[in-house]
Amino acid sequence: MNIHEHEARDILAGYGIAFPPGRVAATPDEARTIAQELGGKVVVKAQILAGGRGKAGGVKLAHSPQEAWEHAGALLGSSIKASTVRKVLVAQAVTIVKEFYIGAVLDRANKAVTLMASSMGGVDIEEVASTSPESVIRVTADPLLGLADYQARELAYGVGCSKAQSDAFASVARSLFRAFVECDCSLVEINPLAVTDSDEFVALDSKMVIDDNAAWRQAPLFVLRDLTEEDPAETKARELGVSYIKLDGSVGCLVNGAGLAMATMDAIKLQGGEPANFLDIGGGASAESVVGALKIVLMDPGVRAVFINIFGGITRCDAVAQGLVDFLRETGTDIPVIARLTGTNGPEGRRILEAAGIGITETMSEAAAAAVKVAQEPRTVTT
Amino acid sequence: MSILIDSNTRVLVQNITGHEGQFHAERMVGYGTKVVAGTAPGHQGESVSGVPVFNSVKRAVTASGADTSIIFVPVPFATDAIVEAADAGIRLIVCITEGIPVLDMVKVYAHVHQMGSRLIGPNCPGLITPGQCKVGIMPEAVYLPGPVGMISRSGTLTYEVAGALASNGVGQSTCVGIGGDPIVGSSFIDLLTMFQQDPDTRFIALIGEIGGSDEEAAAEFIASEVTKPVVAFVAGKTAPADKRMGHAGAIVSAGRGTAAEKIKALQKAGVTVADSTEEMAKTLADLAG
Repeated sequence: MNIHEHEARDILAGYGIAFPPGRVAATPDEARTIAQELGGKVVVKAQILAGGRGKAGGVKLAHSPQEAWEHAGALLGSSIKASTVRKVLVAQAVTIVKEFYIGAVLDRANKAVTLMASSMGGVDIEEVASTSPESVIRVTADPLLGLADYQARELAYGVGCSKAQSDAFASVARSLFRAFVECDCSLVEINPLAVTDSDEFVALDSKMVIDDNAAWRQAPLFVLRDLTEEDPAETKARELGVSYIKLDGSVGCLVNGAGLAMATMDAIKLQGGEPANFLDIGGGASAESVVGALKIVLMDPGVRAVFINIFGGITRCDAVAQGLVDFLRETGTDIPVIARLTGTNGPEGRRILEAAGIGITETMSEAAAAAVKVAQEPRTVTT
Repeated sequence: MSILIDSNTRVLVQNITGHEGQFHAERMVGYGTKVVAGTAPGHQGESVSGVPVFNSVKRAVTASGADTSIIFVPVPFATDAIVEAADAGIRLIVCITEGIPVLDMVKVYAHVHQMGSRLIGPNCPGLITPGQCKVGIMPEAVYLPGPVGMISRSGTLTYEVAGALASNGVGQSTCVGIGGDPIVGSSFIDLLTMFQQDPDTRFIALIGEIGGSDEEAAAEFIASEVTKPVVAFVAGKTAPADKRMGHAGAIVSAGRGTAAEKIKALQKAGVTVADSTEEMAKTLADLAG
């Protein structure tokens, strides 16, 4: 789960990381009030989950409360990187002497948490890592002991902190690591971590990604999930406990198993079509789960055909087929459905579908080809 | 021969009294697996499908000589179950549970490694040596004994390929689902090493997906250490970036972990990468003659 900058800021501030004073505003008037309270120059920052917000015009400098009001007015309600801006962060502008990067990531290859720091702050760390890899300093925390103090110091020395700055930088590293572990993060970034003209470290932007698998024990954090930034079908799918991701194509997919669901999308593409979504109903499949998931797929108006790919396994295909036929009869949808059911009681399931006039195929490629073909056929418009 | 499990493997089912544990214990027994014990705290003395239940793994091991365990314990207690198995000296621990917080796995992996046990999973379907032993939840009907060693990050994709292989009359030495999480107990390289040494495995099927760099690491290892033919399939060519595709580990983040990168690395290592599961099965069937 991604959370907004101002939320990450509040959490990290609780771990002792310093931020310029500021607050979030939902209206231009609120933004002006905050700017008045802060005094001096302020930055007005659109709160959206997508990265690359600065380049897209989502961060503005205001020299007066009136200008903050104007910027907030322009940003609020506008669309940046396909997200509607609903809030802006208004924060005091600081005089920056130097910008660093510091972040912590789940390091899959080392099966541990790795902290990264760089003297080239304010730019995308991936870019820095590819253009000047020597400037990225990495330390990997011991899985059982955590981040050692010497490792935190190593980061400070590695990025070229002065003697006066080293302790403060190492302290930021330790706080960041503690927040990462205690909040079940998979990524925490401060970029840039700025040194001000008074030699203090201030976090100017922060990002946190929290492990969805930890939702059950991080309940206070998971109320922060911003449902306005996701497709309604994705929200509905989460309620039903299925994984759904909306895409831009015309062939809806309904599959059991994440790997098979991805392979199904790939098969559609290979046949010259475009998948409308990713949908994994989980390893097992019941008539209820198939019907529930089909409703989600059909929420997308761009869907012109649905490819149902179920590997029966432990579930009986005939039960799935019957559930499907009942649902289609009930709703009377005119979206063509192509089904491929294999596994336990596959032949019985196929007979039920065939009798109801639902397209069935033997292999995945055939099903994908058939689904792509019907999705691309001109649609009959009934007047 | 086979890898990891065979007809002599003595299996313990952790949380055998739970719905899933009970259901799959029965199916494993039905397949001929030697399920010698189960655990469920507070249920010592009971039995499930004729399998005696114990309060702890240590007690179960002492009484039954179990050397392998399969875990059906719900998320909040699953890591404790893995640690308990490792501490009791279980050689092979298979964790089926999906949804364990990844930072818990960071610690548990380190502990299991220190104890010298091998962990498969979590978030996996388990493993099967067709005709001998099943320690998992896969539909056993699609598997036949044969020369292909299979390693996969995805359960249903493995069933898919195994089914397609079976329709060509080709079976497997052992099939291992390593799991769809960002951190799993055994990597492609761990299993490639075992299949390379196993005389009954003549070909290797590797099923990968987006996210992480395990496929790239496997490619490098194959180029230098694996002499048996490897056929691969990588799912998620059409997956968008920064979205978790069902499996917690299946995510392209910061532009890394794409299917294209993985396919390129595997091809460079001399691996045949199939465009579809059917093509993968056909390629393997052709190799097996």
